[in-house]
Parts: sequence; C-alpha cells; structure tokens
Amino acid sequence: MSAKTTTSILYLDGVSVSFDGFRAINNLSLVLEPGEMRAIIGPNGAGKTTMMDIITGKTRPDEGEVFFDGRVDLTKHDESEIAMLGIGRKFQKPTVFESHTVEDNLVLALAGPRKAIPALFHRQTKAERERIDEILQTIRLTARRDELAAALSHGQKQWLEIGMLLAQDPKLLLVDEPVAGMTDAETEETARLLREIAQTRSVIVVEHDMQFVRELDVKVTCLHEGTVLAEGSLDQVSGDSRVIEVYLGR
Amino acid sequence: MITRFLAGGLERRINILLAILVAAAVLVPVLHLAVPASSPLHMPTYVVALVGKYLTYALLALALDLVWGFCGILSLGHAAFFALGGYAMGMYLMRQIGARSVYGNPDLPDFMVFLNWKELPWFWHGFDHFWFAMLMVMAVPGLLAFVFGWFAFRSRITGVYLSIITQALTYALMLAFFRNNMGFGGNNGLTDFKDILGFNIQADATRSALFAASALALALGVLVTSALVRSKYGKLLIAARDAESRMRFLGYRPENIKLFAFTLSAVMAGIAGALYVPQVGIINPGEFAPANSIEVVVWTAVGGRGTIIGPIIGALLVNGGKSWFTGALPELWLFALGALFIATTLFLPKGIVGAWEEWWKQRRERDGRAPMMSARNPIESPAE
Ligand SMILES: Nc1ncnc2c1ncn2[C@@H]1O[C@H](COP(=O)(O)OP(=O)(O)OP(=O)(O)O)[C@@H](O)[C@H]1O
Ligand SMILES: [Mg+2]
Repeated sequence: MSAKTTTSILYLDGVSVSFDGFRAINNLSLVLEPGEMRAIIGPNGAGKTTMMDIITGKTRPDEGEVFFDGRVDLTKHDESEIAMLGIGRKFQKPTVFESHTVEDNLVLALAGPRKAIPALFHRQTKAERERIDEILQTIRLTARRDELAAALSHGQKQWLEIGMLLAQDPKLLLVDEPVAGMTDAETEETARLLREIAQTRSVIVVEHDMQFVRELDVKVTCLHEGTVLAEGSLDQVSGDSRVIEVYLGR
Repeated sequence: MITRFLAGGLERRINILLAILVAAAVLVPVLHLAVPASSPLHMPTYVVALVGKYLTYALLALALDLVWGFCGILSLGHAAFFALGGYAMGMYLMRQIGARSVYGNPDLPDFMVFLNWKELPWFWHGFDHFWFAMLMVMAVPGLLAFVFGWFAFRSRITGVYLSIITQALTYALMLAFFRNNMGFGGNNGLTDFKDILGFNIQADATRSALFAASALALALGVLVTSALVRSKYGKLLIAARDAESRMRFLGYRPENIKLFAFTLSAVMAGIAGALYVPQVGIINPGEFAPANSIEVVVWTAVGGRGTIIGPIIGALLVNGGKSWFTGALPELWLFALGALFIATTLFLPKGIVGAWEEWWKQRRERDGRAPMMSARNPIESPAE
C-alpha cells in the first residue's frame, strides 16, 4: 500500500485476472480521487466490465491490490458487503426488477437495513416517501411510478437503474454503458444527470459513445487488452496514435 | 406488530377466501352432525373426510407456491416436509393406542414388539404429549429445511440443480423410512390409530373437528402468506426470483431472503401433513415418494403459481378430478395427470387464476376503465 491508497476513493494496482488462461485484465492500475468522475473507453473485450466485476466482488482477481476509501481491501469482501460499503453499480444490460412497479424498484434500492425479518414489519416513513418522489423527478419517471418496470423502454430502464443507484446512496458509482439504446436527447440528459451526481460522489462511467464522453468533460482512461493504454483529457487520449489504431480508427 | 403485519395481508379477494374457509369450518360440521342423514343437506362422513384431506393438500400447495411462485425455488421435495409433519402426528397417535394394540404391550407400539425391541428409542420420547408432538410437527420439517436451505442457497445452487437435490432429499428419506430398524414402522408405517386428545378418531364428531381444524389451518396459512407477500419482505422474495444479482449489488443477501421463506414453507407443509394423517388414518414411507412432490407442483401450476388462490383451487380441482378418475378409469389417472400438466404449460402458463386475471385485465382495458389498476395488480406480483 502506498500513500496513494490513503487519499484515493478507489485504488487498483497490478490487478490481473485470467479466464481459462485468457488474460482479461492484465496488470491494470487505476486511481480515482474522491469526488472525481472518470470516463473509461476501449474496444469490445477490453476488460471494462470485468474491471467493474472485480471492484464489486463478483470476480476475484488472481493478483493485485484493490482498495476502497483508502483502507478497505475489496478482494476480501463479497458483493453484498461491497454494496453496503458504498459502491453502487449499473449493469451493462439494464437490470431492474421487472415484475415490480417503478416505485417499488426504488423502495427496494433505498438505503436502509437489508435484513429479511425486519422487512416483514417495515413501514414506509415520510422521509423515504419524499426521497422516492425526489428521485422519480430526477429520473423523469414520476408519471410512470405505478407501472411495471417491464413496461419501460430500454432507455427508461437505464434511467430507473440510475435512480436505484441514487436511492442506494453510494459513495462510488460504477455505471456501465448508460446511454446504450437512448436517443440523442436522452443521451444529453443522461450526461447532465451524471455530472450532477458527480458533484457529491465519485463516478466511473464506461461508454462507447464519444459524443457522450465529450459532454461529460472529464478525465478519460482508455483500456485495451485488460490494461491502461492511455489516460488524460479526451483530446489527449483521442489524439494518441495507439488509441486511434486499436479503437477510434476502426 | 404481529396484528399489524397480518392486517397488511387483508385485501378483497383474500377476505372472501378467508370468509369461505371460516364458513366451511362452521357449516360442514353442522351439515354433518346436526342435519339428519335422511335430509338432502346432510353431509356424509366420507365426504367430510375427503374434502378435509383436500384442504390439507391445498395448504401443502400454498406452502410450495410461497417458495416456487413467489421466490422461484422449484422444490420437488415438498411432500417430504408434509410427510415429516405427518410422521410426528402419527407418532403421537401411536402412543395414544397404549395397551389396546394387538400385542397389548402398554409401553411399545406393535411394530417394536414384533422387532423384539425392549424399550422405546430415544426419539420416541415426548410423543405421548400432544403439545410436544405439535412442536415437532413444525420443528422437524422447519429444521430440515433450514439446514438444507442454508447449504444450498449459500452455495448459490439454483434452478434445475436445486430441484434435483430436493428430489434426492425426499427419495433418500423414503429409503430411510422404509427400513424397519429406523424405528418408524418400516414399510407399513404407522396406523391403527385409536384416538386423538381422548376422542375416538373414527367418531363423526372427531372427523368434523378435524375438518374444521384443516379449514382454519388453511385460512391461517392464507392470512400469513398474504401478509408476507404484501410486505416489503414479499417484494424482496419476488426480487430474488427475478434478478438475484441485482439484489446482491444493492447489498441484500438473497440466500437469507430465500432461507426464511423456505423454512416457513416447510413448517406450513408439516402442519398440513399433521392434519392429513388423522383424517386418512395412516402414514407410511410412500408419502415420501418423489412422484408425490411432483403432484404438488402440478396442482400449483394448474391453479396458478405466484397467486394465493391459485394453488388452493389447483389442489382442490386436481384432487377432485383424481378421486373421480381413480373411481371411473383408475389405470388412466397418471396419463391424465401428465396430459393436464402439459396442457397447462402450453395453454395456461399462468394457471387458471392467472388466465382469469389476464382476461379480466383485458376486458377492463378494452372498456377503458381504470387501466392503471392492472399495473398495480400484476399477475406475478404479491397483490392478490
Ligand atoms: N466470467 C468470464 N468467463 C470467461 N471469460 C470472461 C468472463 N468475463 C469476461 N470474460 C472475457 O473477458 C474479456 C473482457 O470482457 P469484458 O466484458 O470485460 O469487456 P468489455 O470491455 O466490457 O467489452 P464491451 O465493450 O463489449 O462491453 C472478454 O473477452 C470476455 O469474453
Ligand atoms: Mg462491457
């Protein structure tokens, strides 16, 4: 552990993971400062989603260090514990509770106790209700609160899942391809929403849509074959000859 | 807290169902005992016993539906919990026989005398007392389900693998209970019961009382299940069914959510088994047969899983059909059951209740009346 780990919200150093001999993540290092938003780009199969799997405890790295909030070794915790530590995640394929209403999706995501038996006797408080109303406004789904999540469009499911992240109230948000399936206007709205979220939290956004990444206007990391190829402002990264070769130039 | 919890389950259709069950618990004994046999309104003893048995099946189906319909755990071993509850009751009933048995040994059931056993095995102690037997009716299935679920859910065994090991569980128990030296009567099981709580088990009044107890137990099961699925916990059950990984990344432990429902469900099945045994007069290892658990799945599927009324309707209809069929065309029953299951899967994937709800919803939407209501009452949701 270096001095970096004590101040950064997320610290990955020398992380590698192989699936049946295939190195999906190869000596990956990445540091995120508190309050920072980072965009991750890179070709298909670069390891972007796998990196999120490692941070959230879904995949154990073969080697390397993963620290959260300066001191918590994430490789020693499972998914539920990591979520409770304050890391929220939006999946690449939008994943919401389809047979629940939009509102109930948020109710279940809302920060609070996670035990089975107390949930039997849970009564919604005024504060919880207000928080849900607030989130519904933010994600523009107030009018559809009583509808089943299954009835939402792809883009609206993406928004609902972002809303669930907000309800969960994490310190760090991992957002995998949030604008896939969205119209240009929706994409623009999403960029605005994420910038707003990033004012109070740390965020990692994975996205292929360059226009969207430009709107985020944050530091960019390009992954390729499981390792960092380039890092810097979008102009710097997109000007890098290797990035053009493996990703942008195709 | 408990009353508030139970009140949360009250809803129009549940209220109607509860009213029917309570009315049956009162009316059937009256029609059976007070109305003279010459009257067309008189209810004969065999009907009381038959419908009473169906009610215990309905409670078993409801227990299965709690884990299968609402939580996606397709247990193919629920008859094992039912049989264990039944054996606990059977052991109490055996102890009530006392010296009236064929061998006349006041301390040992006949099958133990036959095996030349000199004293009662340790696990038979306590079963002289009704309260102890009733405790075991719930504790034995509950504990087995808890231990089984603890390992299975923690290891993240789901889907067809879980179904297979539940089937293996009931099969293993069947083989064990078939063995004479297990101390549960071997393949003859436990039978020749004389009385329960001091009342003659064959008497009409006792039969009526057992019927009423079955109807009330089912009513209680409905009330608890309904309150449970309408609580926040019920939403978690459905969430664990539909998107387990989403739950984990929100900080929940789906294995604990499932474990609670699985254990409670086994307790309900055990109570159903305990009410079944005095009404049919026997419990033997055949009750653990894998096919029995599969039949429960068919009842639930036919009635409509993921609803509260569905498994009850399914259990009553299919068993009513079975009684008629085994009278008329006994050798064809298994084929009929198989055909029924296939037809349900193909044409009524949500069962009778699901199909009816769908039809009702469509009619409402066509009439343009309150279309939002349908979203509030999804087929697969806890709203009943
Ligand atoms: N659990 C797993 N088992 C085997 N291989 C895996 C597993 N998870 C990821 N991989 C492989 O690791 C590589 C990296 O995948 P990953 O999903 O992280 O890419 P990505 O950068 O998110 O790509 P995309 O832009 O398409 O989402 C791929 O080749 C993938 O097939
Ligand atoms: Mg990906």
